[in-house]
Amino acid sequence: METMEKVAFSTPECMVDATMHYCPGCTHGIVHRLVAEAIDELGIREKCVGISPVGCAVYMYDYMNCDFIQAAHGRAPAVATGLSRALPETIVFTYQGDGDLAAIGTAEIVHAAARNERMTVIFVNNGIYGMTQGQYAPTTLIGQRTSTSPRGRSVEVEGYPIRVSEMLAALDGPTYIARAAVVSPPTVRQAKRAILRAFEAQVTYRGFGFVEVLSTCPTYWGMTPAEALKRAEEHVVPYYPLGELVDRRQGRETATRPE
Amino acid sequence: MPRIVVNEGRCRGCALCAEMCPKGVIDAETHLNRDGYHPARMADSATCTGCAICALMCPHVAIERVYR
Amino acid sequence: MEDHTDDPRLGDLVLLKGNEAVCEGAIWAGCRFFFGYPITPQNQIPEMMSRRMPEVGGTYLQAESELAAISMVHGASSAGARAMTSSSSPGISLMQEGLSYLAGAELPCVVVNIQRGGPGLGNIAGAQSDYLQAVSGAHGDMFLPVYAPGSVQEIYDFVAEAFDTADRVRGPVIVLADAMLGQMTEAMRPRVDACPPAPEKPWATVGARNRAPNLITSLYTQPDSLAQHNRRIRARFESETRELCRADECLTEDADVILVSYGISSRSCQTACELLRESGVRTGLFRPTVVRPFPEARLAQLAARARLVVSVEMSLGQLVKDVRLAVQGRAPVTVLGRPGGTYSTSPEIAEFVVTTLQQMAS
Repeated sequence: METMEKVAFSTPECMVDATMHYCPGCTHGIVHRLVAEAIDELGIREKCVGISPVGCAVYMYDYMNCDFIQAAHGRAPAVATGLSRALPETIVFTYQGDGDLAAIGTAEIVHAAARNERMTVIFVNNGIYGMTQGQYAPTTLIGQRTSTSPRGRSVEVEGYPIRVSEMLAALDGPTYIARAAVVSPPTVRQAKRAILRAFEAQVTYRGFGFVEVLSTCPTYWGMTPAEALKRAEEHVVPYYPLGELVDRRQGRETATRPE
Repeated sequence: MPRIVVNEGRCRGCALCAEMCPKGVIDAETHLNRDGYHPARMADSATCTGCAICALMCPHVAIERVYR
Repeated sequence: MEDHTDDPRLGDLVLLKGNEAVCEGAIWAGCRFFFGYPITPQNQIPEMMSRRMPEVGGTYLQAESELAAISMVHGASSAGARAMTSSSSPGISLMQEGLSYLAGAELPCVVVNIQRGGPGLGNIAGAQSDYLQAVSGAHGDMFLPVYAPGSVQEIYDFVAEAFDTADRVRGPVIVLADAMLGQMTEAMRPRVDACPPAPEKPWATVGARNRAPNLITSLYTQPDSLAQHNRRIRARFESETRELCRADECLTEDADVILVSYGISSRSCQTACELLRESGVRTGLFRPTVVRPFPEARLAQLAARARLVVSVEMSLGQLVKDVRLAVQGRAPVTVLGRPGGTYSTSPEIAEFVVTTLQQMAS
């Protein structure tokens, strides 16, 4: 007689059974899966509306089993604001890269955070522009060579990288801000917890939840997937420390905006 | 019996599962999938503990199920 | 293209991509400030500028967005520098407000649009559906020269000339290309002579040493003064662009069917003319190389002895509006328009002309 098999892992329901277009080893797939798992665990799939960026993850709508809007570059938080205000019971999340959120979209994210908009933002930070083929990003590290910083990013010419989580943490508005990474099994598990809490910030506490997820881009970092994870652990994480920067969930149990 | 189920079509041969497996039970098929990658393969089923680290780290959700 | 040239201004043949020719033409013209943002299909422009600008003592800065890039151009131009940016359709839309400010503030600059399919995010294939946007400028009564290159050599030449034109009209100049022109590689000759120096710019805001302060603004609160400002800008545009009424003509001497096309789609039109002539239809190509000002007078002349004028473009019908205005009813005008990044092949163009002529006859 066969002993009962216990399922240790299965693909989340909120993911469509489709082959994703990302490069081999691109960590977008891990983050998509964590978002899908969070949505499944909170039982909110049918209330969810995702907003995809301009960037490699533009096609996220083909991989997730929920409503989606494709927003103009950087404007996802503003689109999310419009949707959330119009339909307060929807669970809206944006998924943005470092160009979308930290370059062209810097104004939109700051203001959505300051207003404590009822939304969840997943900020995938891999320190480079993938879709347009490898230019530097606001989060590219000093010394990093890219197609538009061929001599390596320098403080004299390109200035310093931006720590978005710390910047947003200076605001009174946000309900939850965390920085996580998907570069090793322990960090992936912690990232999952942070993403769940960022959704809870919206679902239970009706406010703004934000997770910056340090990710890799093997193709434009010029490395194998495993080397890229190692680089992220050794060089990226020290510059962008992991942890929860803001947690105002307790004390915001009641919605204050008139419905 | 601990084992993993690989969706060959989704696998892109990035080998992170093989690198991350604490028991080293994963390698690659000799054949190619329709996109031209060698899909992951559980090579040593006796040693698999069903820890699911492979599925945790797979960027392509190609490890569909892990049984413990 | 011949190996030898007698023109001492021109160097040896080199192979360049269209996007690269943008950079080299600008560098020859003395552009030392480039501000851009990545967007396909023009990424080679910021990438090459990031390498070349420091080599020639210039500055490359990747802006946080196209909104910021056009405003950086505004700043550099106010300082009297030759400055430029480039983008593609969605990014050009973001630059609209900035372009209007540059025009109203009488600031020279060059903006290159490597068009792609639209509207919205569209796709990354070459298209010609920003024509009306380019020739209209942005909000307000704007008049800006718009060049329409049809080869890598012309991209180089027109970008180089655009800086001089911008200084003379004192406003933005657009060079309108597309993904195919930007990505293709062709042989061309760069300039090896020295570029004539840019004119003095006493209006530039460089610090009021020994003079009254300069103001660079587009704000004229009194309607009468804004009206006067608008008329002055237009008058200068008209006088400084008189020699810019240009079009290339192919087989038009005896043509009674005229194809009108610019940029990449004019290439298939050339072959279409030959195909049509093989079957006895005397077709010629009128290819504007500057679409603002539009070479109306010459097109009107050709239309006067034509039985059909066809606008061939990679959009659902934008160039055709200018064609109709120029033709003014002298001949029937129709359009062969392909949207979304698709294009008509030479046999398709020829077939369209034949079918249209047949329909007209019946």
